Amino acid sequence: MKFTLSWLKEYLDTDASLEEICTALNDTGLEVEGVENMAEVLKDFTVAKVIEARQHPDADRLRVCDVETKDGMVQVVCGAPNARTGLVGVFAGPGTHVPGTGVDLQTGVIRGVESAGMLCSERELMISEDHDGIIDFNEDIAVGTSAAEALGLDDPIIDIAITPNRPDALGVYGVARDLAAKGLGTLKPLNIEPVEGNYDSPISVSLNFPDGDTTPCPHFIGRFFKGVKNGPSPEWMQRRLRAVGLRPISALVDITNYVTIAYARPLHVFDAAKVNGNIQVRFAKEGESLVALDGKTYKLDDTMTVIADDNSAESIGGIMGGEETGCQENTTDVFLEVAYFDPIRTATTGRKLNVQSDARYRFERGIDPTYLDTGVDIATKLILDICGGEVSHKTQAGQTPDVSKTYFLRGDRVKTLGGLDVDLSRQAEILNSLGFETAVKDDGLECSIPPWRPDVNGEADLVEEVCRIIGLDNVPEVALPRFNEIAKPVLTVIQKRMLATRRKLATQGLCEAVTWSFLPEEQAKLFGGGKPEVKLANPISVELSDMRPSLLPNLISAVGRNVARGTLDVGLFEVGQVYLGDKPEDETLRACGVRRGNMISRAWNEQQRNVDCFDAKADAITALKEAGAPVQSLQVVQGAPDWFHPGRSGTFQLGPKNQLGWFGEIHPFVLEKMGVKGPLVGFEIVLNNIPTGKQKSAARPALNVSDLMSVKRDFAFVVSKDTPAEKIEKAAKGADKSLITDVSIFDVFMGDSIGADNKSIAFEITLQPKAKTLTDEDIEAVCAKVINKVEKATGGSLRG
Amino acid sequence: MTETLDLEKLEQDLIAQVDQASNEQALEEVRIGALGKKGTISAMMKGMGKLDPEQRKSTGQALNALKARVSQAIATQKEVLKKQAMDLRLATEHVDVTLPARKRSEGTIHPVSQVWEEVVQIFGDLGFSVAEGPHIESDWYNFGALNIPDEHPARQEHDTFYFNPDKDGSRKVLRTHTSPVQIRTMETNQPPIRIIAPGRTFRCDSDQTHTPMFHQVEGLVLDSDIHLGHLKWTLTEFCKAIFELDDVKMRFRSSHFPFTEPSMEIDIGCTWENGQVKIGEGDDWLEILGSGMVHPNVIRAGGLDPDKVQGFAFGVGIDRIAMLKYGIPDLRAFFESDLRWLRHYGFSALNVPNLAGGLS
Repeated sequence: MKFTLSWLKEYLDTDASLEEICTALNDTGLEVEGVENMAEVLKDFTVAKVIEARQHPDADRLRVCDVETKDGMVQVVCGAPNARTGLVGVFAGPGTHVPGTGVDLQTGVIRGVESAGMLCSERELMISEDHDGIIDFNEDIAVGTSAAEALGLDDPIIDIAITPNRPDALGVYGVARDLAAKGLGTLKPLNIEPVEGNYDSPISVSLNFPDGDTTPCPHFIGRFFKGVKNGPSPEWMQRRLRAVGLRPISALVDITNYVTIAYARPLHVFDAAKVNGNIQVRFAKEGESLVALDGKTYKLDDTMTVIADDNSAESIGGIMGGEETGCQENTTDVFLEVAYFDPIRTATTGRKLNVQSDARYRFERGIDPTYLDTGVDIATKLILDICGGEVSHKTQAGQTPDVSKTYFLRGDRVKTLGGLDVDLSRQAEILNSLGFETAVKDDGLECSIPPWRPDVNGEADLVEEVCRIIGLDNVPEVALPRFNEIAKPVLTVIQKRMLATRRKLATQGLCEAVTWSFLPEEQAKLFGGGKPEVKLANPISVELSDMRPSLLPNLISAVGRNVARGTLDVGLFEVGQVYLGDKPEDETLRACGVRRGNMISRAWNEQQRNVDCFDAKADAITALKEAGAPVQSLQVVQGAPDWFHPGRSGTFQLGPKNQLGWFGEIHPFVLEKMGVKGPLVGFEIVLNNIPTGKQKSAARPALNVSDLMSVKRDFAFVVSKDTPAEKIEKAAKGADKSLITDVSIFDVFMGDSIGADNKSIAFEITLQPKAKTLTDEDIEAVCAKVINKVEKATGGSLRG
Repeated sequence: MTETLDLEKLEQDLIAQVDQASNEQALEEVRIGALGKKGTISAMMKGMGKLDPEQRKSTGQALNALKARVSQAIATQKEVLKKQAMDLRLATEHVDVTLPARKRSEGTIHPVSQVWEEVVQIFGDLGFSVAEGPHIESDWYNFGALNIPDEHPARQEHDTFYFNPDKDGSRKVLRTHTSPVQIRTMETNQPPIRIIAPGRTFRCDSDQTHTPMFHQVEGLVLDSDIHLGHLKWTLTEFCKAIFELDDVKMRFRSSHFPFTEPSMEIDIGCTWENGQVKIGEGDDWLEILGSGMVHPNVIRAGGLDPDKVQGFAFGVGIDRIAMLKYGIPDLRAFFESDLRWLRHYGFSALNVPNLAGGLS
């Protein structure tokens, strides 16, 4: 909310400086968003008079002016077409910073004539876009007067952010009250003399809701003014309205806006000549519509409060008046509306109609429901003073709703909740200055809440009032007691998995990305998602419409963007949430990585190689191991979800019911749909699915190694093409579990020489004797067992 | 006498031959000529059988000594030759060491993750555990339980992402803040409670300084006697620790959040130099934290008794801390996954923040 310093001082008697006022506003919770102080910006600009303007000897478009300034006579060369003898304008001397041009003025010589300053245009002062000529006051203003004052811009504008709990501070008067409580001055009494009126209003008012319910508009006061003269409002009012961003329209309209800003008391004036019969407040009829003052037509429904005459709705209650009955220049009779509208209904209506107004903003936050009578008196005085005319008696319907509330503030509560030691008498003083009535009772205060504070609903709110006026900066800091002298670990198993996986994947050369939780529907569907319950009702764009069913698609898109920028070899990973449904248990934490392009890039000493399925497998195993998965007992089975290449992908599982993750090439169809060129491989593991092992002791089992030499032997078997290598490895290892410590496949061969349906797998076994050196016979015996086991398990044969 | 002279002469000859041997093969020939089965020394050894015992003893001793000295000379020369041969070979072995090394790609950690760990380090030391909650929340946890009723104007300010209503008409939301975790924590824990809840949050907002997804960390402390002074201390210590400064200029402003009472916003002092912000001092202020004493209605919603339990809560943007601390200018770039950005602003895999070594 914006207001000017002079406006504030109309209600606050204070000597405080602008800076002190701003500090106090911030402290009390009325956050200063900005201050516009043109007096400060224009402090070096003063009024000056051109004593003589004559043609420049060497330039047609320039004039040489003798200017009377606050520092005496000065010669200025001026290019403005309106520079003339006798002009009273704004002068800036050498050294002045000109805000509109950003230039610091210097004495110069222009076409051979010295010029010691400048006569300014409005644009040069940044007060308008006008640059057709220099400022011409067209009246005699004393030379040396500050430009800001002469221009009527010497009133600083303060912009404050009002939190939704403080409707009272949506009026300058309420702001003044807070500042007075803060100790910045005295709140001036209003001193509004009620005007009785000398006739009955020809327009009467009724509340007309179903079943006599008046909660949508509990109270309405109206008043008739006849013989008013509408026209421009006085300069002082226009200036204030303009300063806070409102366009002056006419005296009657400006008065309503003025009272809204000054006292947070929205009003409305109807052109009485256009009102048919009497005024009633009722729900709109289904299908009823209204052209409002903003020129837009609003379709109303039967939950919305309207002010209607005998024919139709003429105003949307608490939100905006209608165009039909709006006041014009020629309006002579007006009907003033001062009402209280229900905040929730006003908010709902405003939202449904998508209409913003100063009135709605205040009504939906809750204005003072007892302030109707005073509001009428304030408006009456302004209308009569400015527009003249004759005023009727007040006419009203309904009554002031009872909003009285009382809460008890324990004497020590400011200390025990707010951490501030404040005398009870001081607490009472603060609350009283904010309009609370207090009575000492049982070492505490019985507090009546003022009707303009709907936000105060309990003891904690009273504590806040005291604290914010004393200032939170004054609350002494108190250390939190330590739970343990040396802190204990705080992370959960899954959090530790997340951290470990993340760091580990970064050591593998992958860069961590953080991508959106959303993606386009089409991509969601490509990766097994697209369920209606994880589709946003109001996505920010169609590109971000669904919750991600996998981390892969957003990473693949990211790869695509990097490739498009010319980075062809990309490795990215993410550890984050995936949403398979809308319940908490549908949300899993996953780790995912993708690699694209070269695994080994072209180099003088290395063989270039593309990424492949086994790079993704290695990444996945590394991550799984770091996350604490039992990698020794993990099964790897052929195939993965549909978005992987059907033949070049695999699944990690602990039995068919518990899949821990997938790896492989991404399906070329998926890549094509996403517009990303491969080769591209990836993996995704579900950190939640890793079984939580038993809490192990920190101590390791004893190291058990043999000093005897290990022996290595090579084998090659011809097996059918579809035999998993893992089967051969397991069979070989099973030949002698204690002696064979490692089986390592070093070659896979396919070729016509061994039959088109076959492959040859060569591996090396490591035999580690424990008790005695192996004899040739021992070794041969184990080798025979290996051959036997592998042949039996695979149906293959030792390659001759 | 002559025998002695002969041996001296022989030794001189043999040592000279050893010294002259210019390669291992020549040296081997010298060895065979002297010490081989048919070598000179071996022959003389054999010839000793003809001598009388006295002579045999002295000659034997002399020959043995001679044999030892020649063997030693040969061994020494062998080492010399070997070294020479190796030097010769190495002189031919040469690489251009200015050629590039084998490439090892280094990965990076995202600033959001790094700051997550920094925040956890600080609060972990104060005994805060790390709590979590779902991103897809019910209206109750995100709003109702946090004292934000349906028509509260604050609700409109949240720019909430909604899901479509289910068959009962209730609609889930994407959590607009991490505060729902407060309620979930109260439901499953008894005071004393100290948690932080870092994580993703969502607002239907996207412009120069807003992204539809961002990261917050929530804090909650509940006990019987926690007050505003504890809150101020905690946040002051946090700011000093996270920005690694001995002192941070801070301003505590009264404010409003539906879920706290009293509420305050915290600004930290800063200066701007060439578009870069310097934290901790100066005449400008940056708003970084929202906080307050947990509202009695919120404590009640969490299933606890506000007459017995009180405490504070706060929320701070993780991305915002990262931007301020590490001078990252644009929030939107956090989520664009541009490798150039990730490498520039990312952190080494082994740069794990910790209190002993420092947080950055």
